[in-house]
Amino acid sequence: MTVLDLMSGFIAELRKAGLPVSLTENLDAMEAVKEIPIEDRQAFKYALAATLVKSNSHWRAFETIFEVYFSLRGPEHQIPGEMTDAEAELWREEQEMQQQGEGAAGSGGGMDSLTPEEIAQMLMQALMNGDQAMMRALARQSVQRFAGMEPGRPVGGTYYLYRTLRNLDLDNMLDKLMEANREQAAQDLTKLEERLEKDEFESRIEQFKQEVEAEIRRRLVADRGAEAMAKTLRKPLPEDVEFMHANKEEMQSLKKALQPLTRKLAAKLARKRRHGRRGPLDFRATVRSSLSYGGVPADPKFKYPRPSKPELMVVADISGSVAAFARFTLMLVYAIQGQFSKVRSFVFIDGIDEVTDYFKSNVDISDAIHRVNTEADVVWVDGHSDYGHAFEVFWERYGKDINPKTTILLLGDARNNYHASSAWVIKEMQKRGRHVYWLNPEPRSYWNTGDSIVGEYGNFTEGVYECRNLRQLEAFVEKLA
Amino acid sequence: MENRFESVEQVREGLKKVHYLSDDGIAGVVFLAQRLGKPILVEGPAGTGKTQLAKSVAEMLNARLIRLQCYEGLDESKALYEWNYKKQLLRIQADKNSDSWSQVQDDIFSEEFLLTRPLLEAISSPDPVVLLIDEVDRVEIETEALLLEILSEYQVSIPELGTITAKQIPMVFLTSNNTRELSEALKRRCLFLHIDYPDMEREKEIVLTKVPDITQNLADQIARIVRSIRQLDLKKAPSVSETLDWARTLMLMGIENIDAQEAKDTLHILLKYQTDITKAAKELSVDK
Repeated sequence: MTVLDLMSGFIAELRKAGLPVSLTENLDAMEAVKEIPIEDRQAFKYALAATLVKSNSHWRAFETIFEVYFSLRGPEHQIPGEMTDAEAELWREEQEMQQQGEGAAGSGGGMDSLTPEEIAQMLMQALMNGDQAMMRALARQSVQRFAGMEPGRPVGGTYYLYRTLRNLDLDNMLDKLMEANREQAAQDLTKLEERLEKDEFESRIEQFKQEVEAEIRRRLVADRGAEAMAKTLRKPLPEDVEFMHANKEEMQSLKKALQPLTRKLAAKLARKRRHGRRGPLDFRATVRSSLSYGGVPADPKFKYPRPSKPELMVVADISGSVAAFARFTLMLVYAIQGQFSKVRSFVFIDGIDEVTDYFKSNVDISDAIHRVNTEADVVWVDGHSDYGHAFEVFWERYGKDINPKTTILLLGDARNNYHASSAWVIKEMQKRGRHVYWLNPEPRSYWNTGDSIVGEYGNFTEGVYECRNLRQLEAFVEKLA
Repeated sequence: MENRFESVEQVREGLKKVHYLSDDGIAGVVFLAQRLGKPILVEGPAGTGKTQLAKSVAEMLNARLIRLQCYEGLDESKALYEWNYKKQLLRIQADKNSDSWSQVQDDIFSEEFLLTRPLLEAISSPDPVVLLIDEVDRVEIETEALLLEILSEYQVSIPELGTITAKQIPMVFLTSNNTRELSEALKRRCLFLHIDYPDMEREKEIVLTKVPDITQNLADQIARIVRSIRQLDLKKAPSVSETLDWARTLMLMGIENIDAQEAKDTLHILLKYQTDITKAAKELSVDK
């Protein structure tokens, strides 16, 4: 396959993964490839990234696809388990050291003659010393031995990864390393030193994991071909991950994506507020600027009105599946709370509680979220969502605080477990407040099916918005302020 | 256009000579930008050396650095060019009687009465220059359009004068703190480079180069502590410049080996929020 063919397949895959690659960027990439040889893999990767990826949040997706398409090129080309000479050499040395250390007999042949325990032992040594080459060799060896990969078997990479790591007992590796480290050290480590050591080991283990993953991927690509492999690895971009179905890793990436997003939103909203409309003539500024035209007021200046900031009340369902969504929305709202004159928040399951105090400005937001989950008094009877009861109590306790400046944000899937809806509360809210919006993390097609009664509530709001991912949430918040 | 660099390796070496430690990504993109004649859009957290990169490249190439600091309300009279109104007025008044009007008119719209601003200056300079457009995300999205012509064609069109084309292609760096999404048109014209916090090895190297007389041991400790702190969930993670400040402070205090107490006492140099400081102190188990 020529580089050109490879590139066109690669770019097609990037587009399928959701990266916006324009025609000019494609041409730029082709130009760049001419300048940097494909053999220099790192430089080649960065050259492609510089021309094709214009946002840091897309980097991960790019890297995965790059590995799939170009992993069979370059120095790592020899695939099935055969070690290069250098690695074999290293291996033998290590082996001898081992034998001397343990005084064990046996012919030091290849890696194949080792028991799994010995491999685990060697891995520990390599991790202790931060021996990169050894770690790489061991990653290959353990994939070959433990993953049990068979050609043509329709299993994803994660399955093999799991098998390999389980056999190496990597979960307990950190504890073991710390233990060994403590024994080795001459005097007792201080807490600080211990902590630093732990971080060091963690990063080495993580590195080893990535080696194993890369090795598995390399073999899978060799077996199935790049295109099929890329398809199975295709993951949504962080802004497209659904709140309700995000796994732990995706949650992390979501959290990371949230922070730059809030900064962006705050800047945008502040700007929007200032430049919304033109106000009356600013006499002083006009006279000042007229001086550079010899006193002729050629360039009239205007005052920009500063509209008052809205008050916000967030009422969120934090039961089970929608909890993640509520969390993200609260985090987002509090991260940009400077854009509102006042933010109050309430959470409910079947009882309702005010959690505004948890978010008092200088407290860490994730701490506050944690307190919401653990301390808020939200269970009234059985801990199953009861929107009707929660709303009634809300109205009773806090209804009087709603004024014509208040915007009310209701978050939840409106799955009410067939309780009474008490939709009249929403109607009253709308009468008294400025705006009432409902955000639903479920796909639109699920609304009003089963016990979802979002339509009934929605009648009294100014709009029910589908908020399944960060992109939709961002679009909504922008409209809000 | 002559090729100023032979290889990626040469860029990296050159940057190292002027005390800027690049990695594969940075050196590769700088090399590529020079070869393709394209601007570089540098993005990343504050204090990771985005502006410094432009300065160092200028130093490496022995080129003049022309800097355009962006801010809200920047317009073409500040970025591109402006007619020297007062001088034009003087010219008209000086020979009120002699010249014919058309003569004067041709005269006052000549290059003599043009005040060049950074962008025009960068392309009209005969010597090699490096143009730095700093914090481009601060201008309004409409103002971005001002930059497009110069970034893709390296020319400026002035209605009264015609088009001024670049005498040499300058290296252009745009930096952004990502406070807003830049327009597609701008991104498309640039190579994109994201500079993140350096990994531990590189950070250690940076400390060693930038802080004279520091010991290997101390630099190593600093890099490791900073890495641990960055892994925490903080409002603002310590930047490279803060790491360097910290290293210098420790040097001044004559500390050879950081212990928990000293780390705690100097944390406020690395972290700028009280909540972050408390958290880091607790996490590093130095707050007892």
